[in-house]
Amino acid sequence: MTTPSSGKTIENAGESTQTAAPETALVHVKSRATSGPGGGGGGALEFGAAWDYAPAPETVKVQIADRYGLYIDGKWIAPRGGKMRGDRGVFATINPATEQTLAEVTQAGAAEVDAAVAAARRAQPKWAALPGKERGKYLYRIARRIQERARELAVLETLNGGKPIRESRDVDVPLAAQHFFYHAGWADKLEYAFAGRTPRPVGVCGQIIPWNFPLLMAAWKIAPALACGNTVVLKPAETTPLTALRLAEICDEVGLPPGVVNIVTGDGRTGAAIVNHPGIDKIAFTGSTEVGKKIAAAVAGTGKRLTLELGGKSANIIFDDASIDQAVEGIVQGIYFNQGHVCCAGSRLFVQEGVLDEVTAKLAIRLASLRVGDPMDKNTDLGAINSRAQLEKIEGYLAAGEAEGAELCIPGSGSRVPGSGRSGGQRGTRNPEPGARALVRAGLPERGFWCRPCFFKGVQPSHTIAREEIFGPVLAVMSFRTPEEALTRANNSPYGLAAGVWTDKGSKIFEIARRLEAGVVWLNTYNRFDAASPFGGFKESGFGREGGMQGLRAYVEV
Amino acid sequence: MKSLPARTVDAVMLEQRAASFRTRSIKTTAKLAGLRLAMSMVDLTTLEGKDSPEKVRALCRKALTPGVDHKGRPLAPVAAVCVYPTLVAVAREALGDSGVKVASVATGFPSGQYPLAVRIEDTRRAIRDGADEIDMVISRGAFLAGKRDLVFEEIREFKAVCNASASIGGDAPAHVHLKVILETGELETYDNVRRASDLAIEALLVDGGDGPAGTGFIKTSTGKVTPAATMPVTLCMLEAIRDCFLTTGHMIGMKPAGGIRTAKDALHYLVMVKETLGDRWLSPDWFRFGASALVDDLVRQIRKQGCGKYSARYDYAEA
Repeated sequence: MTTPSSGKTIENAGESTQTAAPETALVHVKSRATSGPGGGGGGALEFGAAWDYAPAPETVKVQIADRYGLYIDGKWIAPRGGKMRGDRGVFATINPATEQTLAEVTQAGAAEVDAAVAAARRAQPKWAALPGKERGKYLYRIARRIQERARELAVLETLNGGKPIRESRDVDVPLAAQHFFYHAGWADKLEYAFAGRTPRPVGVCGQIIPWNFPLLMAAWKIAPALACGNTVVLKPAETTPLTALRLAEICDEVGLPPGVVNIVTGDGRTGAAIVNHPGIDKIAFTGSTEVGKKIAAAVAGTGKRLTLELGGKSANIIFDDASIDQAVEGIVQGIYFNQGHVCCAGSRLFVQEGVLDEVTAKLAIRLASLRVGDPMDKNTDLGAINSRAQLEKIEGYLAAGEAEGAELCIPGSGSRVPGSGRSGGQRGTRNPEPGARALVRAGLPERGFWCRPCFFKGVQPSHTIAREEIFGPVLAVMSFRTPEEALTRANNSPYGLAAGVWTDKGSKIFEIARRLEAGVVWLNTYNRFDAASPFGGFKESGFGREGGMQGLRAYVEV
Repeated sequence: MKSLPARTVDAVMLEQRAASFRTRSIKTTAKLAGLRLAMSMVDLTTLEGKDSPEKVRALCRKALTPGVDHKGRPLAPVAAVCVYPTLVAVAREALGDSGVKVASVATGFPSGQYPLAVRIEDTRRAIRDGADEIDMVISRGAFLAGKRDLVFEEIREFKAVCNASASIGGDAPAHVHLKVILETGELETYDNVRRASDLAIEALLVDGGDGPAGTGFIKTSTGKVTPAATMPVTLCMLEAIRDCFLTTGHMIGMKPAGGIRTAKDALHYLVMVKETLGDRWLSPDWFRFGASALVDDLVRQIRKQGCGKYSARYDYAEA
């Protein structure tokens, strides 16, 4: 077996990007919401430098090759040419926290995609002919190997994607393993999933995945496809290919037959080559709605099957009878998890009028204690934005939000926090002096892509920031008076991926959840995932489900 | 005064948040500072039927010098020694004016199932013998029966006794500070813990003053009921304290007690305090641990931070 892991060692001393949020500025947060009625006025909590946490860098060292080829037909295919950077054959993949190059990755062209599809085609009949329990064994082995190499995968995910090590360690990698375990169980029970039918595999699946959960999305795509007897050609996102390439190594290690899993790297052109390849039976895409629409147009009339998991602008609805402190926790989990790079992020917050001030004040308090900085530090809550392009997109939305009249609040940046004093004239950072762009980076390193968690108040449903997917740590806060109004506003979106409802009243939960147009509705929680639970969208958030018994449907003919 | 708004607590998210504090990685300088801070917050406790004057004297000695660091330098004292009323005089004598407080579990500890007059007399005697702090128990029976006014008035009564300590005579200190034990293990639900916290806080504020001695603490447990302090329960109470502060500007102290045995646990509690209430509560004036075995592990870990090695068990006085 050939392995590309024979190059340099990346050491994560963490010194270059170490910055934590709270110590950059003493943040005084005072609740305006609750300072009124008592007459005496409320107190201001201080989240300053008392008992500051020392740096806690993850110390695991990970081998990264100088250059990666493609994994086709069980072999590593070196990039054409072999010249260094600038060559059409390779591109650099970087660490978004430092902007340093981690490795060079091959840009797969039409010929390579062709080879990968041919390999998958050759392998498919034999793979499908294996008894289900044998396919299950391979999936089970992959799952165990992911667990065994968990720390390494987590470090690599964080290096390449910018997400905090705490999340890649506790969420991404364990869930990826869980998806393989879960589908290993289905492999020999497919007839029970489709009672009375004879499920047959679809054939060769072209799978294109995004950069927000690189390994996890690969697991979501590969595990059900393999369980059902399909073979795959998978393209990881351009900015985050390294863990998918590690997964290829794992497939190799567990002796998966050649051609069952093929991994090709590259940009949109590689993706287009997969989508348009006549030898592919099914396309599964997770990514932006814009690209999803193009893919849908491209496969129309070709006979290819298609599932799309696209963008979202999910509503998180807080009723006044909710447990407020826990709801605030849910807001944070909903929008600031993974720097907001989550398709189902609760990016539109609807708060019932009576508790609006309290919720925003408490949200500001909570944000002041979030730690932004070096993703490799085990205490970091928000890491780096995935790429320069994404950061620029987020900054564009920050500017648009302010231009349209919403009020930007960036707790922890040294800026004013809503309700931070009783004297007048303090109105968030509207018309901010150094500019929103500087404030969201305040106290963070020069290099790397950073955006502090923030939210907009005074948002109207017609504002751009309330309609379009920002895909960053930016929340649009709106209010409502009645449940009907909340429902109308929540459903008034081209998207329909997820929603959250927060109330202590059970009957209200069921009524609202039933009428929300969203594929996933979380009740008194948010962003909870499980391999056994189907995930997918309504409207322009796509179609098809992933995970659970329902997720198998996309990978079988019945 | 105006009532705080009624609050419900969602168990799933509360427990999830509480668990998240345990994922903080406290290393090197932060660990040492945290261990020393935790040490300064301990109410070193012995509450057994077999407690003897000699055991209390040993405990007081340990409170004054919990141990020595790896270079043999004595560690700073803990916050208080907590004993039954009959042993207050012994502790008072042993601690003198060292600054380490004498706390006593008066008021018909641990059940509170005694006539109010008896409980008040119990409290007065503890104060007269020199108790600086009174850890009272609420009548859980009354609370669970919905007799909230009764519990409210009861807390006010004990608070009044503490406030009037100067008139009691004997060795009574000028300021006596009250901790209200909710016995959360018997309240069972977080909703109940929250309601009891709000009730106790409101009662403390009625005749509250400024400063630590003025208002008072809320405390999780007697240590006689399982479960004692847990992180979710403590978080629930910290949130009640936070709402009180945001509404009225008055600070209330917090004391989890029972079940906190390791230095690591203590550090996780401090993380929770830091990220929930901020800097000002990171002080023995506002946060205490009710514990006994914890001190030994704190000493062990402080020494280990100094020299990189664990010392033998017999290096500590396990009072």
